[in-house]
Amino acid sequence: MAETIHLEVVTPKGPVVSEDVELVTAPGYGGEFGVLAHHAPMISTIRIGVMSYRKDNSEARLMISGGFCEVSNNQITFLVESAERGEDIDVDRALRAKERAEKRLAAAARKQEKINQARAEAALQRALARLRVANKGGES
Amino acid sequence: MPSLKDVKTKIEGVKKTSQITRAMNMVASAKLRGAQQRIEDFRPYAEKFQFAMGNLSSGVDPAQYPLMAVRDTGKVELVVITSDRGLCGSFNANIFKLADKEIERLEAEGKKVSLVCVGKKAAGYYRKTGRVRREYTDIMSSFQMFNAREIAQDVAENFLEGNADEVNIIYSRFVSVAVQRPELTTLLPISPEKKDDGGEGGDAAVAQDYIYEPGTEEIMEVLLPLYMNVTVYRCMLEVGASEHAARMTAMDNATNACGDLIHNLTLIYNKARQAGITAELMDIVGGAEALKG
Repeated sequence: MAETIHLEVVTPKGPVVSEDVELVTAPGYGGEFGVLAHHAPMISTIRIGVMSYRKDNSEARLMISGGFCEVSNNQITFLVESAERGEDIDVDRALRAKERAEKRLAAAARKQEKINQARAEAALQRALARLRVANKGGES
Repeated sequence: MPSLKDVKTKIEGVKKTSQITRAMNMVASAKLRGAQQRIEDFRPYAEKFQFAMGNLSSGVDPAQYPLMAVRDTGKVELVVITSDRGLCGSFNANIFKLADKEIERLEAEGKKVSLVCVGKKAAGYYRKTGRVRREYTDIMSSFQMFNAREIAQDVAENFLEGNADEVNIIYSRFVSVAVQRPELTTLLPISPEKKDDGGEGGDAAVAQDYIYEPGTEEIMEVLLPLYMNVTVYRCMLEVGASEHAARMTAMDNATNACGDLIHNLTLIYNKARQAGITAELMDIVGGAEALKG
């Protein structure tokens, strides 16, 4: 087995993951990044999206929303607002949320409302990330 | 000797009271379960956050960030968090005791103290002192992150405007169902070295060369306010859980006290009844003797 790094995903609703894994990929500020064992200390903000980790040739995916992650002493800690596994995601709800957000986005763009636009944008991102995690989870 | 009827009324009254206290005890224990779950879920997040903040801020220059600015502390703000409701024993009184001591100490040192009261009890207690800068009431029953954010933002603005040089939170830490400990924790300025005992501060923050993604400043700009939100929110959750635990204990004590009272009153009632019967018997016997004579 390859060398591992300890992964922790913690949300305000409690710890979600605490495992030794081989590879972690996550949506960082400047784009997707990967972390292997013995990564240099790093702190990065995290965007809404899909993170995945690999262990013993199996991959798990989580939908995560904004926060940040810290890497030090061969440990990577994600502090995010929420983290959901594929099986916990309500696909219908995410689909509805997606449609609603798209509508709002269109309406906000017409009226030039910055705040609503940002909020709808975030909602859309979350819905899309949820759908991506849920769909991949169903296939594998 | 009180009359039979008086004692009986009293017993009925105490019974009614004990019904109420028992009901309150059960409500409190049901609410405690939720509140305890919330704080226990949130604590790891807050602790990890604190740890990461410690690591992170050890590598930056405090002078660069207004929220970390250490100034001569002439003006101190205390955020006192209590419950909205009473009937929870000495819970709020214990928080006030700590807060009063702190106010006294600070003012003896010639510092100006301003207060932010969270929870109706604190607002009522300090309203007349003229120290209160803001009040937040009726928010303790529904724990919402945005309440915490509002408070944190307000406090931060006040701090940045120079109206306060230091901000401390006084709250009650939920240690266990039986123990709630009033505590003081420093919110501002955010200092990297200071380990408040809210987290497992045992691990020393090692100064490491972090890769910051994006830059240090952008990260700190996001994280410092977030850190305040998390700290305020944690304190509110702690107080929420403590409040229900304290009420549960207080109401349990009250119910027991009612039981004792009913027991004693029943004794008095029986004695009075017996005394009445004896007096009546004496009358009858006395009357019969008189007729015989």
